[in-house]
Amino acid sequence: MEAVMFQLLAGLATGSIYASLALALVMIYQATHLVNFAQGEMAMFATYLAWSLINAGMGYWPAFCLTVLGAFVLGVLIERIVIRPVENAPVLAVVVVFIGLLVILNSVAGWIFSYTIKSFPSPFPPALGLRYMSPHQVGALLVTLLVLALLYVFFRFTPLGLAMRAAAENPVSSRLVGIRVGWMLALGWGLAAAVGAVAGMMVAPIVYLDPNMMSGILLYAFAAALLGGIDSPGGAVLGGLVVGVLENLLGAFVIGNELKLVVALVLIVGVLLVRPSGFFGSVQVSRV
Amino acid sequence: MSGLLEVAGLRAAYGATRVLHGMDFQLAERSITALLGANGAGKTTTLRAICGMVRTEGEVRFAAKRIDGRRTEDIARLGIAHVPDGRGTFLHLTTEENLRLGAYVRKDRAAFARDLERMYGYFPRLKERRRQQAGTLSGGEQQMLAVSRALMLAPKLMLLDEPSFGLAPLVVRELFAILRAINAESGVAMLLVEQNAAMALELADHAYVIETGRVVRAGSAADIKCDDAVRRAYLGY
Repeated sequence: MEAVMFQLLAGLATGSIYASLALALVMIYQATHLVNFAQGEMAMFATYLAWSLINAGMGYWPAFCLTVLGAFVLGVLIERIVIRPVENAPVLAVVVVFIGLLVILNSVAGWIFSYTIKSFPSPFPPALGLRYMSPHQVGALLVTLLVLALLYVFFRFTPLGLAMRAAAENPVSSRLVGIRVGWMLALGWGLAAAVGAVAGMMVAPIVYLDPNMMSGILLYAFAAALLGGIDSPGGAVLGGLVVGVLENLLGAFVIGNELKLVVALVLIVGVLLVRPSGFFGSVQVSRV
Repeated sequence: MSGLLEVAGLRAAYGATRVLHGMDFQLAERSITALLGANGAGKTTTLRAICGMVRTEGEVRFAAKRIDGRRTEDIARLGIAHVPDGRGTFLHLTTEENLRLGAYVRKDRAAFARDLERMYGYFPRLKERRRQQAGTLSGGEQQMLAVSRALMLAPKLMLLDEPSFGLAPLVVRELFAILRAINAESGVAMLLVEQNAAMALELADHAYVIETGRVVRAGSAADIKCDDAVRRAYLGY
């Protein structure tokens, strides 16, 4: 029982990290109807930024804030410079751009920071630890839940959040009420990148820092987003937690740690076969 | 006459297909002007051209300033609200969020609250459904929502694309009565595109008849109503 409890809570902690990356995927998906394959590498790059700042002598939390800001700017720039020109291009062209971004970010990170694995600090004091959870697990869970709550409040209760949702749903009507749709999309990329950066910094102490650190995480985040419904932010969060717990329990007691990633793949294929819209994906009610 | 909206030599095309071949018309402040014409005459395209939603040549002046070639969102910010073909509802947002978006570019919160109540006064059904997903509203309710959303911009000019489309005759009558009241109360000018020519001419002060992308007749609504050719072609008696 002890062991189950332990794995369950550990699953919640990593699940919350999958949840935030899944949410970043959903945010881009809602605006572009495409999955951003480079989301993980953007997060990885931001995590390296944080590592450099901390190594240069900056405190953890100042570095954290600066990284989130830097990731936001990077996200906006990527949308403006790379995605904007292919806005109206065929789907495959955009997918190729996403994959190009993935490869470029990965190689540039390897080139600048080398492929050797680095450790990344956890900022949480030992006092935060619980009976079944390490201090970092508790801290990561709290930080990601806080980020998710902030995003919820932003999108639900602020005019800018509403405008971003509107621009994603109906760009033509949005322009007619005066919303600058292009900038809303850029802001969306910025926010997704910032959320991804938090996920990267929270997961790095667990998986260690290297240019390929996010490939597995991104796969879990895909599974989470699909499970919840690729266009449902709430679903992505729930999906993340479910995937995290499932992965941990199955890995510890059923299939072993080496096959954990298979869980994500099975989930992805399974959801697509059985229920492509996931738990909460677009149950659209409309009347004409 | 210096009009609120002056259109001269307006041309537009979708790809290689020319739709407007040099439209000329004007619209006076506080007036209601109707654009009449058969399917495919270029009515909807004219409205889209004014809003910068299609590539155009020619001149469009709003309040004496050139607006052709400007971006749709900038034109909206000048005070031109478009009730588009198909209503343009944000289906997954609530009724009230749709109205909030209409006032997105306005910063005055007190005026926003006042206008929201005003809309609910015109259309009590919308108030009942304020927290409901807009996609679940009926066609008539969505049309009311589209008109209200446009009014929330506090526009000087409203472009209405077939507001009667798909609505029961009784609902159309109600909607047009409210449009007339709004025009009388707040003085917002309206450019109305309609296939229902009889209804449109009842509401409008002034009308233009267009055929294949050109204005072929212009006059007061009363004159146009009496014009034999127009009567035979569009009014059916």
